[in-house]
Amino acid sequence: MSTTLAPGEIEVETPVGDEEHEHDRPWIVIVWNDPINLMSYVTLVFQKLFGYSLAHATRLMLEVHYDGKSVVSAGTQEKAELDVARLHGYGLWATMQRD
Amino acid sequence: MESHIRRGADGAVVLDLAAEERALLRELAADLRLLLQEEPTDPALQRLFPPAHDDETLERDFRELTRDGLVSGRERSLDLIVETADRTTLSAEEADGWLRALNDARLVLGTRLDVQEDFDWDELDAGTTHGQQLALYAYLSWIQEQLVEAL
Repeated sequence: MSTTLAPGEIEVETPVGDEEHEHDRPWIVIVWNDPINLMSYVTLVFQKLFGYSLAHATRLMLEVHYDGKSVVSAGTQEKAELDVARLHGYGLWATMQRD
Repeated sequence: MESHIRRGADGAVVLDLAAEERALLRELAADLRLLLQEEPTDPALQRLFPPAHDDETLERDFRELTRDGLVSGRERSLDLIVETADRTTLSAEEADGWLRALNDARLVLGTRLDVQEDFDWDELDAGTTHGQQLALYAYLSWIQEQLVEAL
């Protein structure tokens, strides 16, 4: 992360420890395959929630179907949790983890 | 098979369903609404609220933050079906509520019946309770597929 240092602050140590770095790492949201959700429904949900085109949403749905999972969004922990909760609201099997 | 749910000229979703179907959908929604009030020890109910995190602490926080909203959202969708089951048209927003509630019903029923992707529907025996439940699950899937297509 780049920051602008004011004169006189040059001596101040910038925290670059693991904890800070860890905090900034983006999270990814994964949707897992399940035998119940319909393929057409999953595609529609991706379009609705993320504004993806039909082509992109279909590609992600096929990834879920054939590979067992697909990364559908990424971002801060707060954003990822919001996305997971919205996906759960539509009954999709979504989890999140650090990228 | 001819579609019983379609998009009308004005953008509304037209429901061409028999009285028995409407009664069935209302009853299912009301049943699921009651089930939601219970403690989520039932695996079928747990399927509606899957874990987001592997980490226990993060998961507990996530649950605390989202559980109430997810439950009330589901209750609203189920109430909507109960209230609008006799309608001939739905707005796009109402149709979205139907879609969620139908999917919840399929998730609960499908989890109980342990439905698998490679299930052979030709083997369905409608003479058994299990077979009847599977037929109901298939019916809900058919309705939901039509709704998705209409949207």
